[in-house]
Amino acid sequence: MADTSTASLRTALRPYLAVLGSRARSQRAYRASFALDLLSSLLVGAIELAEVSVLFHSVDALGGLDFTAILLVFGLADLCFSLADMSFGHCDNLPSYLRAGTLDVFYLRPQPLLLQLITSDISLRRLARAAVGAVALTVGLVLNDIDWSPAHVLLLALAIVSGYAVFAGMFVWAGGAQFFLVEGAETTNAFVYGGRYAATQPASVWNRPLWAVFGFFFPMVFTGFLPALWLLGYAPPYGLPDWVGWCAPAAAVWTWTLALASWRVGVRHYQGGGG
Amino acid sequence: MRATIRVYWRILVAGFRRQSAYLLAAFGGLVANTTFGLLKVAILFATVRAAGGELQGYDIALMSTYIWVSQGLLGSVNLFGRIDIADRIKDGDVAVDFLRPLDVQAAAITTEVGKAIFNLIPRGIPSVLIGGLVVGMALPDDPFAYLLGAVSVLLGITIAAATVYLVVAAPGFWLVETRGLQILYMVVSGFFAGLFVPIWLFPAWLEALAQATPFPSMMMYPVDIISGRADGTEALVLLAAQVAWLVAVAALGQLLTRAGRRHLEVQGG
Repeated sequence: MADTSTASLRTALRPYLAVLGSRARSQRAYRASFALDLLSSLLVGAIELAEVSVLFHSVDALGGLDFTAILLVFGLADLCFSLADMSFGHCDNLPSYLRAGTLDVFYLRPQPLLLQLITSDISLRRLARAAVGAVALTVGLVLNDIDWSPAHVLLLALAIVSGYAVFAGMFVWAGGAQFFLVEGAETTNAFVYGGRYAATQPASVWNRPLWAVFGFFFPMVFTGFLPALWLLGYAPPYGLPDWVGWCAPAAAVWTWTLALASWRVGVRHYQGGGG
Repeated sequence: MRATIRVYWRILVAGFRRQSAYLLAAFGGLVANTTFGLLKVAILFATVRAAGGELQGYDIALMSTYIWVSQGLLGSVNLFGRIDIADRIKDGDVAVDFLRPLDVQAAAITTEVGKAIFNLIPRGIPSVLIGGLVVGMALPDDPFAYLLGAVSVLLGITIAAATVYLVVAAPGFWLVETRGLQILYMVVSGFFAGLFVPIWLFPAWLEALAQATPFPSMMMYPVDIISGRADGTEALVLLAAQVAWLVAVAALGQLLTRAGRRHLEVQGG
């Protein structure tokens, strides 16, 4: 019984794996362009780290966090974002499919639309950027004085999985909104990419409106800041309970509720590109 | 001469009017600018306060001006590296442009500048107003500073368009795919133009590195002049640096265009 279900799962996944494999090969085909892509995504990661760290050239601590603590926040959030960007970032191309009317082709295939869109491309070059996040996280974990216990390891694992899910949900949410906006990609980008920027900051410096937007509605603080505070044993700001860092999975569920609602409404709204 | 000026003036106006068709996109851009602006306010104000209320000449009010003026310029100063002529070079349409009695480089840059000037209306001015009303900011008292500031903004917009032409569009005569260059430009330009953090807060070596590129003259210098951070002779020195960068990137772009014209291969029939 178990054998037949794995076999049928494998059959179901085969078309996606074939597409992904061909995408990965096609990206390596133009070597010079691929090398340049790798280099620039490495630079993207390095410069994003620099955006946060140059501030610590002038001051020792921001919002109660010093540079090593920020490395932990940045590493967690940026690693999760890069991984989500690698697999779901392709949703950003939805407006150009909508304008060109090429989305209709996806509707003709007997597979779920969202799954096709995600697997229609995967950017290998973004691995270089994820490496920057991973290195920052590792350095952050080593340099900070963390009182390790099994609970700490569990929280770290939960935070990475949930953070990935939160950012992935953001891309899907933005994709769903594109069905209405078409020309408004910049608006959703403000929350997807602005969210990434927000997620790497010490959120203790934010005022209440920012907490409402990037703390809870788009739960960016759960991807790096709050789990990092728990790992370090610091108290969260605004009188939040100490265990709030453990709510990262709830944040992921909330983001996906938003994402799937936005996607469903968007897909139903879509009337086809004509032709 | 007068005829030439009239032609480029028309191209400039055409670029301006073309951009006015995308009002929803401009509104989206304004939402994006404001959201990012508020995040910058939180982190940069906290930095100034942590440094004791003053940092490299920035107090809270001056930092606010920096944030909202730079957010306002974001719709006009090309830090994204996208330029229409790049597509025309890639698909060969530029061959038609070479047949026209116009300079390809000058016409492309003029169109971009026209679009950028339009964007000041729905994105630049509202950003500054929102920042001024919600957060408050410092402004120079000297009316002369605004005149210098306006000139500096125009120079910054033009330098950005000419640099994108030079490093993203013109290499297209030799390379088939310039998307990697565009992304590289986007990443480097924002950071060195002082979009996230004023370059004056960088460590000395990084500040020197930034000033060895044309990027600060696109955004950082105009913001310094408008905000009154640089006044008098200092402002004139920054303007002179802008003019020098504009001449340099425009001349290099012209050289590449001439070489590219001889190299251009258009595929298909």
